[in-house]
Amino acid sequence: MIRLEKRPSPSRVWAAMTPVLAVVATMIAGGFLFWMLGKDPLESIRTIFWDPLFHETFGPYSRPQLLVKAAPLILIAIGLSLGFRAGVWNIGAEGQYIMGAICGAGVGLAFFPADNPLIFPTMILAGALGGWAWAMIPGFLKVRFGTNEILVSLMLVYVAEALLASVSQGLLQNPDGMGFPGSRNFRDFPAAHNAEIFTNTGMHWGVVFAFVAVIFAYVLLTRHMLGFHVRLTGEAPRAARFAGVNPTRLVLFCLGTSGALAGMAGMFEVSGPAGQISIDFNSGYGFTAIIVAFLGRLHPIGILLAGLLMALTYIGGELAQLMLGLPAAAIQMFQGMLMFFLLAMDMLTNYRIRFSMKTA
Amino acid sequence: MEEIRAQDALLTLEGLTKAYPGVVANDDVSFSILPGEVHALLGENGAGKSTLVKMIYGLVKPDQGEMRLKGEVFEPYNPAAARAAGVAMVFQHFSLFDALTVAENIALGMDNPPKPRELTSQIRQVSEAYGLPLDPKRTVGDLSAGERQRVEIIRCLLQDPKLLIMDEPTSVLTPHEVEILFETLRKLTAEGTAILYISHKLEEIRALCEHATILRLGKVVDTCDPREKSARELAEMMVGTSLHVPERDPSEPGDVVIEMDHVSLHSHTAFGTDLKDVSLAVRAGEVVGIGGVAGNGQDEFLSALSGEAWLSSGEVRLKGTCIANLRPNQRRALAVLSAPEERLGHSAAPDMSLTENALLTAAVRQRLTKRGFLRWGKTESFAKDVIKEFDVRTPGPDNAARSLSGGNLQKFVIGREVLQKPEVLVVNQPTWGVDASAAAAIRQSLLDLAADGAAVIVISQDLDELLEIADRFTALYEGKLADPVPTKGLTVETIGLMMGGGEEETAA
Repeated sequence: MIRLEKRPSPSRVWAAMTPVLAVVATMIAGGFLFWMLGKDPLESIRTIFWDPLFHETFGPYSRPQLLVKAAPLILIAIGLSLGFRAGVWNIGAEGQYIMGAICGAGVGLAFFPADNPLIFPTMILAGALGGWAWAMIPGFLKVRFGTNEILVSLMLVYVAEALLASVSQGLLQNPDGMGFPGSRNFRDFPAAHNAEIFTNTGMHWGVVFAFVAVIFAYVLLTRHMLGFHVRLTGEAPRAARFAGVNPTRLVLFCLGTSGALAGMAGMFEVSGPAGQISIDFNSGYGFTAIIVAFLGRLHPIGILLAGLLMALTYIGGELAQLMLGLPAAAIQMFQGMLMFFLLAMDMLTNYRIRFSMKTA
Repeated sequence: MEEIRAQDALLTLEGLTKAYPGVVANDDVSFSILPGEVHALLGENGAGKSTLVKMIYGLVKPDQGEMRLKGEVFEPYNPAAARAAGVAMVFQHFSLFDALTVAENIALGMDNPPKPRELTSQIRQVSEAYGLPLDPKRTVGDLSAGERQRVEIIRCLLQDPKLLIMDEPTSVLTPHEVEILFETLRKLTAEGTAILYISHKLEEIRALCEHATILRLGKVVDTCDPREKSARELAEMMVGTSLHVPERDPSEPGDVVIEMDHVSLHSHTAFGTDLKDVSLAVRAGEVVGIGGVAGNGQDEFLSALSGEAWLSSGEVRLKGTCIANLRPNQRRALAVLSAPEERLGHSAAPDMSLTENALLTAAVRQRLTKRGFLRWGKTESFAKDVIKEFDVRTPGPDNAARSLSGGNLQKFVIGREVLQKPEVLVVNQPTWGVDASAAAAIRQSLLDLAADGAAVIVISQDLDELLEIADRFTALYEGKLADPVPTKGLTVETIGLMMGGGEEETAA
């Protein structure tokens, strides 16, 4: 008989091991899935996880993409992880990401075609503010009226999407675009363009900010009283209050920070890799970042690694579509499975499995 | 003697052993329980009492050894199987739903509940037969702790048990309620039901039990007839060394340090108790004991002083200055410290290390931060000091609070506040669930603190404790505080009256 026995305290070894196990389990289950689709499972897995980095032909093209895709995921996930640690569930990072992009791009385009070195920094600030303000809506409603931040932040994603569609056909539409929806392309606006810092590395300012955010979060959580209060609130809310934490301020801090980081991510994306505001500019980074946050154990370094891995599945997935004709949905399922296995494996940190001969 | 007992025993344990990672909870435990006897299980915290009864009740499976119930092998694989075999248990912490009625709660805990109307009449019948007054239609949230316990007991009795296990049943009862409980237990044993009685309270065991098995560090170290032993002898068997009796030089109390002036406070928890017009002044060097049955405003009283809750009216003054508008850490800066009752989740964060838990309240006074940044080295050495000074048994400050036994965590939580040199210390249930020697050490530290000039307020349901250490005594009843009186010359009966709001509870 197999039994589960609660551990006296959560196992640190398993806490670090479960993401790795989850990835392995996802590869196995994913391989099985691809096999059922009539593809060679080993080749599929290799195409997703190996070829983007080391393939002779595709490697040079996809390697820079790794940083491009990972940066927004990491930036958003770092912000989310602070809230998740404190039990504040911001599920609407996608909306904050869109609002950051709209605000950042809007401010930039207002100066078109000026050439001033302050334009880009102003856009970063505007993007952060846009995401922050969008996250403050569920924050204010929660602390003032006790509404559920999960529902409000999620619903605001759809409001943001509607706004995005509206501005790309109205307010921010390219006047020289011959009526096509979408804004001017930032490639034609050097002062506001989030270009690569080193050519062909994928390294843009968003990547820099993502790394800074990782370090910032790491220091905050391990070395600062505010980070301690964030963790304490998640572990034991009553003890946090006893320790002098002001719950209202903490909720607003967590939502505000995650909103600002998501907004920045949106601004870097729109002014760089995406290039312009368009109806479907957002590509679900805000939601995928939730998986990244958990896959990284809500730990800054873990999130960094998880972000890179998740970026790899994006690129590898595209490659697999191209090379093997795998459907796009199969890749989304692949990412979903990762979350599923991770949550299932999490049990191992709190419980140990005992095999015993006796049957009941 | 055990061999003779074993022949007609109801339950026999033979060589029960249970090991957890890092600790052997029970090591080769053997004894037997006769039908119709009250059998005491005595031991310090961490002696293995809980694990042992969990094995009997089917919650934990022994690694080795055998149990026999009426001569037949007894291997309950879950509590339902244990109940079916006639073993029932009343837990220290009640598992009741506040929003449901007594009858609904009882039905939820039964394996095959009868129809509601039948059940109600059964409850009435049992409650009358055993002298446990209880209305099945009342909402549990409105019941006192004693009444809640009756719900649990009646739930057990409805299953007609042959063995009833009771874990610390009197820790939440008034003296009068204890008497009612003992009457019930005597009626049960007269009918042949055996009772396994776990308690720290030695006088109770002497009054109630016919046989005692004493556990120390997981092993049976002695058996005796507690009626023939003095409480001191029992305690020494249990602890293995002589008890440390707190000593205190009576000192002249100084000036008033902390003062509550007509304090009212609205409770924000669903079944909390509002504080009503509470006034109390405590002088330097004085220990004031606050008795009262749990749920009469103890948590709210502490939160009014700790700064966790805002007052609806009245003032709290520290040496004449109003501190009612200060937050917890601002009060800590002024040396007003507190230790709430609930260890896991309120005074400590269960999954955080002891070092992190030291930071929880000591950051301000011990200067554990510098411009908001944490000084982990200093924090860890403070945690180590607490562990050393208060003899907290743990491998080290990196261990999670949850991994400590209740008594050890309590020593840590009290030690954390005492070592910060408070001028005012408010503690709620400082020795709840703590073994005799640790409790004595905690009490001594509170007395030392007062001797050094601090004002100490002890909220407790253990009257013996309050009588032992308090200079003045008062009690909370339905959120109201009685006028404090000197402890000297108080009788348990007078105290019972204060705890019942001045009116004698009508006996059933």
